Amino acid sequence: MAAQSTIEHRESSAPARTPAPAARRRAGAGASLLRFARSTWRPAAVLAAIFVVWWAVTAADLVKPYLVPSPGTTLDVVLAQTGYFAHHTWITSYETILGFAIAIVVGVVSAVVMVYSPTVEKSLYPLLLFAQVIPKIAIAPLFIVWLGFGLTPKVVVAVLMAFFPIVISTVTGLKSIDPEMLQLSATMGAGPGQTFTKIRFPAALPHLFAGLKVAATMAVTGAVVGEFVGANEGLGYVILQANGNLDTPTLFAGLLIMSLLGVVLFVAVELLEYLVLPWHASRRTDAATTSL
Amino acid sequence: MTVGNTTTQRPDDATSTGAAVEIDQVAVRFRTKKKDVTALRDVSLRIEPGEFVSIVGASGCGKSTLLKLVSGLLRPSSGQVRLHGEDVRGPRRDIGYVFQRAALLEWRTARRNILLQAEMRRLPKAQVRQRVDELIEMTGLTGFEDAYPNELSGGMQQRVALCRALLHRPPVLLMDEPFGALDALTREQMNVELRRIWRETGTTVLLVTHSIAEAVYLANRVIVMTPRPGTVAEVIDVDLPVERDYGQTMSEPAFARATGRIRDLLGATTTAE
Repeated sequence: MAAQSTIEHRESSAPARTPAPAARRRAGAGASLLRFARSTWRPAAVLAAIFVVWWAVTAADLVKPYLVPSPGTTLDVVLAQTGYFAHHTWITSYETILGFAIAIVVGVVSAVVMVYSPTVEKSLYPLLLFAQVIPKIAIAPLFIVWLGFGLTPKVVVAVLMAFFPIVISTVTGLKSIDPEMLQLSATMGAGPGQTFTKIRFPAALPHLFAGLKVAATMAVTGAVVGEFVGANEGLGYVILQANGNLDTPTLFAGLLIMSLLGVVLFVAVELLEYLVLPWHASRRTDAATTSL
Repeated sequence: MTVGNTTTQRPDDATSTGAAVEIDQVAVRFRTKKKDVTALRDVSLRIEPGEFVSIVGASGCGKSTLLKLVSGLLRPSSGQVRLHGEDVRGPRRDIGYVFQRAALLEWRTARRNILLQAEMRRLPKAQVRQRVDELIEMTGLTGFEDAYPNELSGGMQQRVALCRALLHRPPVLLMDEPFGALDALTREQMNVELRRIWRETGTTVLLVTHSIAEAVYLANRVIVMTPRPGTVAEVIDVDLPVERDYGQTMSEPAFARATGRIRDLLGATTTAE
Protein backbone atom coordinates (compact mmCIF):
# COMPACT_ATOMS: atom_id res chain seq x y z
CA MET A 1 0.00 0.00 0.00
CA ALA A 2 2.72 2.41 1.01
CA ALA A 3 4.82 1.35 -1.95
CA GLN A 4 1.89 2.03 -4.23
CA SER A 5 1.40 5.55 -2.94
CA THR A 6 5.09 6.45 -3.22
CA ILE A 7 5.19 5.21 -6.76
CA GLU A 8 2.19 7.29 -7.68
CA HIS A 9 3.72 10.25 -5.97
CA ARG A 10 6.97 9.70 -7.83
CA GLU A 11 5.23 9.37 -11.11
CA SER A 12 3.41 12.64 -10.67
CA SER A 13 6.60 14.42 -9.67
CA ALA A 14 8.72 13.10 -12.50
CA PRO A 15 8.41 15.19 -15.59
CA ALA A 16 11.00 14.50 -18.24
CA ARG A 17 13.84 16.62 -16.95
CA THR A 18 17.38 15.84 -17.82
CA PRO A 19 19.87 18.49 -16.78
CA ALA A 20 23.57 17.69 -16.96
CA PRO A 21 24.72 15.62 -14.00
CA ALA A 22 27.19 18.17 -12.67
CA ALA A 23 24.62 20.95 -12.76
CA ARG A 24 22.12 18.74 -11.00
CA ARG A 25 24.61 17.82 -8.30
CA ARG A 26 25.48 21.44 -7.64
CA ALA A 27 21.88 22.55 -7.72
CA GLY A 28 21.09 19.72 -5.29
CA ALA A 29 23.69 20.81 -2.74
CA GLY A 30 22.75 24.48 -3.17
CA ALA A 31 19.08 23.76 -2.83
CA SER A 32 19.57 21.70 0.30
CA LEU A 33 21.64 24.47 1.87
CA LEU A 34 18.92 26.93 1.02
CA ARG A 35 16.34 24.64 2.57
CA PHE A 36 18.58 24.39 5.58
CA ALA A 37 18.69 28.17 5.93
CA ARG A 38 14.95 28.37 5.47
CA SER A 39 14.35 25.83 8.21
CA THR A 40 16.63 27.71 10.67
CA TRP A 41 15.10 31.18 10.65
CA ARG A 42 12.00 30.27 12.67
CA PRO A 43 13.83 28.76 15.67
CA ALA A 44 16.24 31.70 15.48
CA ALA A 45 13.30 34.10 15.71
CA VAL A 46 11.90 32.25 18.74
CA LEU A 47 15.29 32.42 20.40
CA ALA A 48 15.47 36.16 19.76
CA ALA A 49 12.00 36.57 21.26
CA ILE A 50 13.12 34.78 24.42
CA PHE A 51 16.07 37.18 24.73
CA VAL A 52 13.73 40.15 24.33
CA VAL A 53 11.46 38.84 27.10
CA TRP A 54 14.50 38.21 29.30
CA TRP A 55 15.72 41.73 28.68
CA ALA A 56 12.26 43.24 29.31
CA VAL A 57 11.78 41.37 32.59
CA THR A 58 15.13 42.47 33.96
CA ALA A 59 14.87 46.01 32.63
CA ALA A 60 11.47 46.46 34.30
CA ASP A 61 13.03 45.28 37.59
CA LEU A 62 10.46 42.48 37.95
CA VAL A 63 13.12 40.23 39.54
CA LYS A 64 16.15 41.01 41.67
CA PRO A 65 19.38 41.24 39.62
CA TYR A 66 21.12 38.72 41.90
CA LEU A 67 18.43 36.15 40.96
CA VAL A 68 18.25 36.86 37.23
CA PRO A 69 20.89 39.16 35.76
CA SER A 70 20.06 41.16 32.66
CA PRO A 71 21.36 40.08 29.24
CA GLY A 72 23.58 43.14 29.32
CA THR A 73 25.34 42.26 32.57
CA THR A 74 25.74 38.66 31.41
CA LEU A 75 27.36 39.85 28.21
CA ASP A 76 29.55 42.30 30.13
CA VAL A 77 30.80 39.47 32.33
CA VAL A 78 31.83 37.48 29.27
CA LEU A 79 33.46 40.47 27.57
CA ALA A 80 35.36 41.42 30.72
CA GLN A 81 36.86 37.94 31.03
CA THR A 82 37.08 36.63 27.48
CA GLY A 83 40.32 34.75 28.15
CA TYR A 84 38.83 33.00 31.16
CA PHE A 85 35.67 31.93 29.33
CA ALA A 86 37.54 30.98 26.19
CA HIS A 87 39.85 28.68 28.13
CA HIS A 88 37.05 26.88 29.96
CA THR A 89 34.90 26.64 26.84
CA TRP A 90 37.82 25.11 25.00
CA ILE A 91 38.27 22.50 27.75
CA THR A 92 34.62 21.47 27.68
CA SER A 93 34.53 21.48 23.85
CA TYR A 94 37.61 19.29 23.76
CA GLU A 95 36.08 16.77 26.17
CA THR A 96 32.77 16.82 24.33
CA ILE A 97 34.15 16.40 20.83
CA LEU A 98 36.67 13.74 21.84
CA GLY A 99 33.94 11.87 23.76
CA PHE A 100 31.55 12.20 20.81
CA ALA A 101 34.16 10.94 18.34
CA ILE A 102 35.04 7.92 20.50
CA ALA A 103 31.32 7.20 21.01
CA ILE A 104 30.79 7.19 17.21
CA VAL A 105 33.60 4.74 16.58
CA VAL A 106 32.75 2.43 19.49
CA GLY A 107 29.01 2.74 18.87
CA VAL A 108 29.09 1.99 15.16
CA VAL A 109 31.56 -0.86 15.51
CA SER A 110 29.56 -2.55 18.28
CA ALA A 111 26.33 -2.07 16.33
CA VAL A 112 27.86 -3.78 13.29
CA VAL A 113 29.16 -6.67 15.39
CA MET A 114 25.77 -7.02 17.09
CA VAL A 115 23.88 -7.08 13.81
CA TYR A 116 26.11 -9.74 12.31
CA SER A 117 26.29 -11.92 15.42
CA PRO A 118 23.03 -12.62 17.27
CA THR A 119 25.05 -14.28 20.05
CA VAL A 120 27.04 -11.12 20.66
CA GLU A 121 23.86 -9.07 20.48
CA LYS A 122 22.10 -11.19 23.07
CA SER A 123 25.04 -11.11 25.47
CA LEU A 124 25.89 -7.43 24.94
CA TYR A 125 22.42 -5.88 24.99
CA PRO A 126 21.74 -6.24 28.75
CA LEU A 127 25.16 -4.75 29.48
CA LEU A 128 24.43 -1.84 27.14
CA LEU A 129 21.10 -1.21 28.75
CA PHE A 130 22.71 -1.35 32.18
CA ALA A 131 25.34 1.18 31.12
CA GLN A 132 22.57 3.42 29.83
CA VAL A 133 20.17 3.31 32.79
CA ILE A 134 22.81 3.83 35.48
CA PRO A 135 22.79 7.55 36.40
CA LYS A 136 26.01 9.00 35.04
CA ILE A 137 26.28 11.52 37.85
CA ALA A 138 26.34 8.58 40.27
CA ILE A 139 29.21 6.72 38.62
CA ALA A 140 31.21 9.79 37.65
CA PRO A 141 32.94 9.95 41.09
CA LEU A 142 34.12 6.41 40.50
CA PHE A 143 35.78 7.47 37.26
CA ILE A 144 37.55 10.28 39.11
CA VAL A 145 38.88 7.72 41.60
CA TRP A 146 39.97 5.39 38.82
CA LEU A 147 41.21 7.79 36.19
CA GLY A 148 42.36 10.79 38.20
CA PHE A 149 41.48 14.46 38.15
CA GLY A 150 42.34 15.19 34.51
CA LEU A 151 40.24 15.27 31.36
CA THR A 152 39.99 11.49 30.94
CA PRO A 153 37.07 10.83 33.33
CA LYS A 154 35.07 13.65 31.66
CA VAL A 155 35.67 12.17 28.22
CA VAL A 156 34.62 8.76 29.54
CA VAL A 157 31.33 10.12 30.90
CA ALA A 158 30.70 11.91 27.57
CA VAL A 159 31.33 8.63 25.70
CA LEU A 160 28.98 6.77 28.01
CA MET A 161 26.22 9.31 27.44
CA ALA A 162 26.61 9.56 23.65
CA PHE A 163 27.27 5.90 22.95
CA PHE A 164 23.80 4.47 23.53
CA PRO A 165 21.73 6.41 20.96
CA ILE A 166 24.39 5.74 18.33
CA VAL A 167 24.34 1.98 18.92
CA ILE A 168 20.56 1.77 18.96
CA SER A 169 20.08 3.85 15.82
CA THR A 170 22.83 2.04 13.88
CA VAL A 171 21.46 -1.38 14.84
CA THR A 172 17.98 -0.27 13.75
CA GLY A 173 19.33 1.12 10.48
CA LEU A 174 21.34 -1.98 9.62
CA LYS A 175 18.43 -4.26 10.46
CA SER A 176 15.81 -2.35 8.51
CA ILE A 177 17.45 -3.19 5.18
CA ASP A 178 15.04 -4.48 2.58
CA PRO A 179 15.52 -8.29 2.51
CA GLU A 180 15.12 -8.18 -1.28
CA MET A 181 18.22 -5.98 -1.46
CA LEU A 182 20.20 -8.68 0.35
CA GLN A 183 18.81 -11.39 -1.94
CA LEU A 184 19.68 -9.28 -4.94
CA SER A 185 23.19 -8.88 -3.59
CA ALA A 186 23.46 -12.67 -3.22
CA THR A 187 22.47 -13.22 -6.86
CA MET A 188 25.19 -10.75 -7.85
CA GLY A 189 27.72 -12.98 -6.13
CA ALA A 190 28.61 -10.25 -3.65
CA GLY A 191 30.50 -11.18 -0.51
CA PRO A 192 29.43 -9.97 2.93
CA GLY A 193 32.00 -7.16 2.80
CA GLN A 194 30.72 -5.80 -0.52
CA THR A 195 27.10 -6.10 0.60
CA PHE A 196 27.96 -4.15 3.73
CA THR A 197 29.92 -1.30 2.14
CA LYS A 198 27.78 -0.87 -0.99
CA ILE A 199 24.28 -1.59 0.29
CA ARG A 200 23.79 -2.14 3.98
CA PHE A 201 25.85 0.62 5.54
CA PRO A 202 24.80 3.45 3.17
CA ALA A 203 21.18 2.38 3.66
CA ALA A 204 21.62 2.65 7.44
CA LEU A 205 23.10 6.17 7.32
CA PRO A 206 19.78 8.06 7.75
CA HIS A 207 19.16 6.14 10.97
CA LEU A 208 22.74 6.62 12.07
CA PHE A 209 22.47 10.39 11.64
CA ALA A 210 19.28 10.48 13.71
CA GLY A 211 21.23 8.81 16.50
CA LEU A 212 24.20 11.17 16.05
CA LYS A 213 21.98 14.20 16.57
CA VAL A 214 20.75 12.89 19.91
CA ALA A 215 24.26 11.80 20.83
CA ALA A 216 25.75 15.24 20.07
CA THR A 217 23.64 16.89 22.76
CA MET A 218 24.26 14.02 25.19
CA ALA A 219 28.03 14.36 24.80
CA VAL A 220 27.91 17.97 26.08
CA THR A 221 25.87 16.91 29.09
CA GLY A 222 28.32 14.08 29.74
CA ALA A 223 31.36 16.34 29.74
CA VAL A 224 29.71 18.84 32.09
CA VAL A 225 28.52 16.09 34.45
CA GLY A 226 32.10 14.87 34.60
CA GLU A 227 33.27 18.38 35.47
CA PHE A 228 30.63 18.78 38.16
CA VAL A 229 31.99 15.81 40.06
CA GLY A 230 35.54 17.00 40.22
CA ALA A 231 37.41 19.47 38.04
CA ASN A 232 39.44 22.66 38.15
CA GLU A 233 38.63 23.73 34.62
CA GLY A 234 35.77 23.56 32.11
CA LEU A 235 32.33 25.15 31.99
CA GLY A 236 30.97 22.79 34.65
CA TYR A 237 33.67 24.06 36.99
CA VAL A 238 32.85 27.69 36.07
CA ILE A 239 29.19 27.14 36.92
CA LEU A 240 29.92 25.43 40.21
CA GLN A 241 32.32 28.22 41.23
CA ALA A 242 29.84 30.92 40.25
CA ASN A 243 27.09 29.15 42.13
CA GLY A 244 29.23 28.99 45.26
CA ASN A 245 29.93 32.73 45.03
CA LEU A 246 26.29 33.62 44.22
CA ASP A 247 27.72 35.16 41.04
CA THR A 248 24.61 34.73 38.85
CA PRO A 249 25.90 36.70 35.83
CA THR A 250 28.84 34.29 35.47
CA LEU A 251 26.51 31.37 36.11
CA PHE A 252 24.20 32.55 33.34
CA ALA A 253 27.11 33.15 31.00
CA GLY A 254 28.39 29.61 31.62
CA LEU A 255 24.94 28.14 31.02
CA LEU A 256 24.47 30.07 27.79
CA ILE A 257 27.87 29.10 26.39
CA MET A 258 27.23 25.48 27.31
CA SER A 259 23.88 25.42 25.51
CA LEU A 260 25.45 27.14 22.55
CA LEU A 261 28.09 24.42 22.45
CA GLY A 262 25.39 21.75 22.24
CA VAL A 263 23.51 23.63 19.55
CA VAL A 264 26.65 24.16 17.45
CA LEU A 265 27.50 20.48 17.62
CA PHE A 266 23.93 19.51 16.72
CA VAL A 267 23.83 21.89 13.77
CA ALA A 268 27.22 20.62 12.60
CA VAL A 269 25.86 17.07 12.52
CA GLU A 270 22.74 18.19 10.70
CA LEU A 271 24.79 20.13 8.15
CA LEU A 272 26.93 17.06 7.58
CA GLU A 273 23.78 15.04 7.03
CA TYR A 274 22.59 17.48 4.37
CA LEU A 275 25.94 17.21 2.61
CA VAL A 276 26.46 13.45 2.92
CA LEU A 277 22.88 12.36 2.27
CA PRO A 278 21.35 14.85 -0.16
CA TRP A 279 19.14 12.04 -1.50
CA HIS A 280 17.71 11.43 1.94
CA ALA A 281 17.42 15.05 3.00
CA SER A 282 15.43 15.96 -0.09
CA ARG A 283 13.12 13.00 0.35
CA ARG A 284 12.58 13.87 3.98
CA THR A 285 11.21 17.29 3.08
CA ASP A 286 8.92 15.56 0.58
CA ALA A 287 7.85 13.25 3.37
CA ALA A 288 6.56 16.17 5.41
CA THR A 289 4.14 17.15 2.66
CA THR A 290 3.05 13.70 1.53
CA SER A 291 2.85 12.18 5.05
CA LEU A 292 4.95 9.22 3.98
CA MET B 1 24.07 -5.93 -32.10
CA THR B 2 26.23 -8.02 -29.81
CA VAL B 3 23.40 -8.85 -27.45
CA GLY B 4 21.72 -11.53 -29.52
CA ASN B 5 24.08 -14.42 -29.03
CA THR B 6 24.14 -14.96 -25.30
CA THR B 7 22.50 -18.35 -24.98
CA THR B 8 24.04 -19.93 -28.02
CA GLN B 9 27.60 -19.41 -26.79
CA ARG B 10 27.08 -20.99 -23.35
CA PRO B 11 29.66 -23.77 -23.26
CA ASP B 12 28.06 -25.65 -20.35
CA ASP B 13 24.97 -26.47 -22.37
CA ALA B 14 26.87 -29.28 -24.02
CA THR B 15 27.55 -31.13 -20.78
CA SER B 16 23.91 -31.16 -19.70
CA THR B 17 20.72 -32.56 -21.07
CA GLY B 18 20.23 -29.24 -22.81
CA ALA B 19 17.56 -27.74 -20.59
CA ALA B 20 18.09 -24.25 -19.16
CA VAL B 21 16.15 -25.03 -16.02
CA GLU B 22 15.09 -28.42 -14.72
CA ILE B 23 12.92 -28.84 -11.67
CA ASP B 24 12.55 -32.43 -10.61
CA GLN B 25 9.94 -33.64 -8.06
CA VAL B 26 10.52 -30.60 -5.88
CA ALA B 27 8.74 -29.97 -2.59
CA VAL B 28 9.21 -27.04 -0.22
CA ARG B 29 8.03 -27.10 3.38
CA PHE B 30 8.35 -24.21 5.77
CA ARG B 31 8.38 -24.81 9.48
CA THR B 32 6.68 -22.08 11.44
CA LYS B 33 6.15 -22.09 15.21
CA LYS B 34 2.60 -23.32 14.98
CA LYS B 35 2.61 -25.69 12.05
CA ASP B 36 4.43 -26.98 9.02
CA VAL B 37 3.39 -25.36 5.77
CA THR B 38 3.85 -27.08 2.44
CA ALA B 39 4.42 -24.33 -0.11
CA LEU B 40 5.18 -26.56 -3.07
CA ARG B 41 4.75 -30.25 -3.67
CA ASP B 42 5.70 -32.51 -6.52
CA VAL B 43 6.68 -29.81 -9.00
CA SER B 44 8.50 -30.93 -12.10
CA LEU B 45 9.36 -28.60 -14.96
CA ARG B 46 11.74 -28.41 -17.84
CA ILE B 47 12.51 -25.13 -19.52
CA GLU B 48 14.51 -25.01 -22.73
CA PRO B 49 17.15 -22.36 -23.43
CA GLY B 50 15.64 -19.22 -24.94
CA GLU B 51 12.11 -20.02 -23.80
CA PHE B 52 9.82 -17.45 -22.24
CA VAL B 53 7.75 -19.15 -19.56
CA SER B 54 5.09 -17.45 -17.45
CA ILE B 55 3.90 -18.78 -14.11
CA VAL B 56 0.41 -17.88 -12.92
CA GLY B 57 -1.60 -18.97 -9.90
CA ALA B 58 -3.50 -17.72 -6.89
CA SER B 59 -1.70 -15.63 -4.26
CA GLY B 60 0.46 -17.76 -1.98
CA CYS B 61 0.63 -20.75 -4.31
CA GLY B 62 4.41 -20.73 -4.26
CA LYS B 63 5.12 -18.97 -7.56
CA SER B 64 7.80 -16.77 -6.04
CA THR B 65 9.15 -19.73 -4.09
CA LEU B 66 9.73 -21.43 -7.43
CA LEU B 67 11.91 -18.54 -8.61
CA LYS B 68 13.83 -18.53 -5.33
CA LEU B 69 14.55 -22.23 -5.87
CA VAL B 70 15.90 -21.65 -9.36
CA SER B 71 18.12 -18.79 -8.17
CA GLY B 72 19.40 -20.86 -5.26
CA LEU B 73 18.19 -18.35 -2.68
CA LEU B 74 16.11 -21.18 -1.26
CA ARG B 75 16.84 -24.91 -1.01
CA PRO B 76 14.09 -27.43 -1.77
CA SER B 77 13.02 -29.73 1.06
CA SER B 78 13.15 -32.60 -1.40
CA GLY B 79 13.75 -33.01 -5.11
CA GLN B 80 16.31 -31.37 -7.35
CA VAL B 81 16.76 -28.10 -9.20
CA ARG B 82 19.24 -27.88 -12.04
CA LEU B 83 20.42 -24.84 -13.94
CA HIS B 84 22.09 -25.75 -17.24
CA GLY B 85 22.48 -29.27 -15.94
CA GLU B 86 24.22 -28.18 -12.74
CA ASP B 87 22.67 -28.83 -9.35
CA VAL B 88 21.65 -25.59 -7.66
CA ARG B 89 23.23 -25.64 -4.20
CA GLY B 90 23.56 -22.00 -3.26
CA PRO B 91 22.83 -18.53 -4.66
CA ARG B 92 23.56 -18.62 -8.39
CA ARG B 93 25.47 -15.86 -10.10
CA ASP B 94 24.47 -16.84 -13.63
CA ILE B 95 20.96 -15.45 -13.36
CA GLY B 96 19.34 -12.03 -13.40
CA TYR B 97 16.64 -11.27 -10.86
CA VAL B 98 13.92 -8.60 -11.08
CA PHE B 99 11.62 -8.05 -8.10
CA GLN B 100 8.19 -6.47 -7.90
CA ARG B 101 9.71 -3.45 -6.20
CA ALA B 102 12.56 -2.16 -8.29
CA ALA B 103 14.87 -2.43 -5.24
CA LEU B 104 17.12 0.41 -6.38
CA LEU B 105 19.68 2.14 -4.18
CA GLU B 106 18.32 5.61 -3.56
CA TRP B 107 21.72 7.26 -3.33
CA ARG B 108 22.76 6.08 -6.78
CA THR B 109 21.72 7.43 -10.15
CA ALA B 110 20.08 5.13 -12.69
CA ARG B 111 23.41 4.43 -14.37
CA ARG B 112 25.21 3.75 -11.11
CA ASN B 113 22.38 1.47 -9.99
CA ILE B 114 22.90 -0.59 -13.13
CA LEU B 115 26.65 -0.55 -12.51
CA LEU B 116 26.13 -2.10 -9.07
CA GLN B 117 25.89 -5.44 -10.83
CA ALA B 118 29.32 -4.88 -12.43
CA GLU B 119 30.91 -3.65 -9.20
CA MET B 120 29.73 -6.66 -7.24
CA ARG B 121 31.01 -9.00 -9.94
CA ARG B 122 34.21 -7.01 -10.41
CA LEU B 123 33.71 -6.84 -14.19
CA PRO B 124 36.26 -4.82 -16.21
CA LYS B 125 35.11 -1.19 -16.38
CA ALA B 126 35.80 -0.42 -20.04
CA GLN B 127 33.81 -3.39 -21.28
CA VAL B 128 30.92 -2.63 -18.93
CA ARG B 129 30.55 1.01 -19.94
CA GLN B 130 29.61 0.10 -23.50
CA ARG B 131 27.22 -2.59 -22.28
CA VAL B 132 25.44 -0.12 -19.99
CA ASP B 133 24.99 2.34 -22.85
CA GLU B 134 23.58 -0.47 -24.96
CA LEU B 135 21.07 -1.51 -22.27
CA ILE B 136 20.04 2.07 -21.55
CA GLU B 137 19.26 2.52 -25.20
CA MET B 138 17.48 -0.82 -25.50
CA THR B 139 15.21 -0.18 -22.49
CA GLY B 140 14.45 3.41 -23.45
CA LEU B 141 16.22 4.97 -20.48
CA THR B 142 18.21 7.39 -22.62
CA GLY B 143 18.11 10.82 -21.00
CA PHE B 144 17.41 9.40 -17.55
CA GLU B 145 20.86 7.92 -16.85
CA ASP B 146 21.70 10.48 -14.23
CA ALA B 147 18.33 10.68 -12.51
CA TYR B 148 17.97 9.37 -8.97
CA PRO B 149 15.35 6.69 -8.28
CA ASN B 150 12.99 9.15 -6.54
CA GLU B 151 13.01 11.26 -9.71
CA LEU B 152 11.90 8.30 -11.83
CA SER B 153 8.40 6.93 -12.39
CA GLY B 154 7.59 3.36 -11.39
CA GLY B 155 7.97 2.15 -14.98
CA MET B 156 11.35 3.88 -15.36
CA GLN B 157 12.56 2.41 -12.07
CA GLN B 158 11.61 -1.05 -13.25
CA ARG B 159 13.52 -0.45 -16.50
CA VAL B 160 16.61 0.37 -14.43
CA ALA B 161 16.10 -2.85 -12.46
CA LEU B 162 15.80 -4.75 -15.74
CA CYS B 163 19.04 -3.24 -17.07
CA ARG B 164 20.78 -4.17 -13.83
CA ALA B 165 19.50 -7.75 -14.16
CA LEU B 166 20.66 -8.00 -17.80
CA LEU B 167 24.07 -6.34 -17.44
CA HIS B 168 26.10 -9.53 -17.11
CA ARG B 169 24.16 -11.23 -19.95
CA PRO B 170 22.60 -13.88 -17.70
CA PRO B 171 21.43 -16.99 -19.57
CA VAL B 172 18.35 -17.09 -17.30
CA LEU B 173 16.29 -14.10 -16.22
CA LEU B 174 13.92 -14.51 -13.26
CA MET B 175 11.14 -11.94 -12.90
CA ASP B 176 8.92 -11.89 -9.84
CA GLU B 177 5.80 -9.84 -10.66
CA PRO B 178 7.98 -7.09 -12.12
CA PHE B 179 5.07 -4.95 -13.32
CA GLY B 180 2.69 -5.63 -10.44
CA ALA B 181 2.98 -2.14 -9.03
CA LEU B 182 2.55 -0.29 -12.33
CA ASP B 183 -0.60 1.25 -13.72
CA ALA B 184 -2.40 -0.66 -16.49
CA LEU B 185 -1.16 1.49 -19.37
CA THR B 186 2.49 1.53 -18.29
CA ARG B 187 2.20 -2.19 -17.74
CA GLU B 188 1.10 -2.81 -21.32
CA GLN B 189 3.98 -0.70 -22.61
CA MET B 190 6.40 -2.63 -20.45
CA ASN B 191 4.99 -5.91 -21.75
CA VAL B 192 5.59 -4.89 -25.33
CA GLU B 193 9.12 -3.78 -24.48
CA LEU B 194 9.92 -6.87 -22.46
CA ARG B 195 8.80 -9.04 -25.40
CA ARG B 196 11.10 -7.06 -27.71
CA ILE B 197 14.01 -7.17 -25.25
CA TRP B 198 13.58 -10.92 -24.82
CA ARG B 199 13.73 -11.38 -28.58
CA GLU B 200 16.82 -9.19 -28.83
CA THR B 201 18.71 -10.93 -26.02
CA GLY B 202 17.53 -14.51 -26.47
CA THR B 203 17.62 -14.98 -22.70
CA THR B 204 15.54 -17.67 -21.04
CA VAL B 205 12.87 -15.89 -19.00
CA LEU B 206 10.79 -17.14 -16.09
CA LEU B 207 8.08 -14.62 -15.28
CA VAL B 208 5.77 -14.81 -12.27
CA THR B 209 2.65 -12.72 -12.77
CA HIS B 210 -0.92 -12.21 -11.62
CA SER B 211 -2.04 -10.93 -14.99
CA ILE B 212 -3.35 -13.65 -17.29
CA ALA B 213 -3.14 -11.38 -20.34
CA GLU B 214 0.47 -10.51 -19.53
CA ALA B 215 1.32 -14.18 -19.04
CA VAL B 216 -0.11 -15.22 -22.40
CA TYR B 217 1.08 -12.25 -24.43
CA LEU B 218 4.68 -12.67 -23.33
CA ALA B 219 5.20 -16.40 -23.06
CA ASN B 220 5.69 -19.49 -25.18
CA ARG B 221 4.27 -21.55 -22.36
CA VAL B 222 2.20 -20.67 -19.33
CA ILE B 223 2.46 -22.76 -16.18
CA VAL B 224 -0.76 -22.66 -14.20
CA MET B 225 -0.39 -23.55 -10.53
CA THR B 226 -2.89 -24.81 -7.96
CA PRO B 227 -3.39 -23.03 -4.63
CA ARG B 228 -1.29 -24.09 -1.64
CA PRO B 229 0.25 -26.56 -1.56
CA GLY B 230 1.24 -25.38 -5.01
CA THR B 231 1.80 -27.79 -7.81
CA VAL B 232 1.53 -27.58 -11.58
CA ALA B 233 -2.11 -27.75 -12.64
CA GLU B 234 -1.47 -27.50 -16.35
CA VAL B 235 1.11 -26.24 -18.79
CA ILE B 236 -0.46 -24.29 -21.63
CA ASP B 237 1.31 -23.87 -24.94
CA VAL B 238 0.64 -20.44 -26.35
CA ASP B 239 -0.19 -20.81 -30.00
CA LEU B 240 0.65 -17.28 -31.10
CA PRO B 241 3.11 -16.07 -33.73
CA VAL B 242 6.57 -14.93 -32.67
CA GLU B 243 5.84 -11.45 -33.97
CA ARG B 244 3.16 -10.18 -31.58
CA ASP B 245 1.53 -6.82 -32.00
CA TYR B 246 -0.12 -6.01 -28.67
CA GLY B 247 -3.56 -4.92 -29.87
CA GLN B 248 -3.77 -7.55 -32.56
CA THR B 249 -2.70 -10.33 -30.21
CA MET B 250 -5.48 -9.43 -27.79
CA SER B 251 -8.06 -10.15 -30.50
CA GLU B 252 -6.53 -13.42 -31.74
CA PRO B 253 -8.67 -16.52 -31.21
CA ALA B 254 -5.60 -18.35 -29.87
CA PHE B 255 -5.14 -15.62 -27.27
CA ALA B 256 -8.75 -15.90 -26.17
CA ARG B 257 -8.47 -19.69 -25.99
CA ALA B 258 -5.35 -19.59 -23.83
CA THR B 259 -6.59 -16.90 -21.45
CA GLY B 260 -9.99 -18.60 -21.23
CA ARG B 261 -8.42 -21.93 -20.35
CA ILE B 262 -6.21 -20.32 -17.66
CA ARG B 263 -9.18 -18.45 -16.22
CA ASP B 264 -11.13 -21.71 -16.05
CA LEU B 265 -8.26 -23.46 -14.31
CA LEU B 266 -7.72 -20.69 -11.78
CA GLY B 267 -11.42 -20.19 -11.15
CA ALA B 268 -12.13 -23.90 -10.92
CA THR B 269 -9.29 -24.55 -8.53
CA THR B 270 -10.17 -21.69 -6.23
CA THR B 271 -13.88 -22.54 -5.94
CA ALA B 272 -13.11 -26.20 -5.38
CA GLU B 273 -10.98 -25.40 -2.32
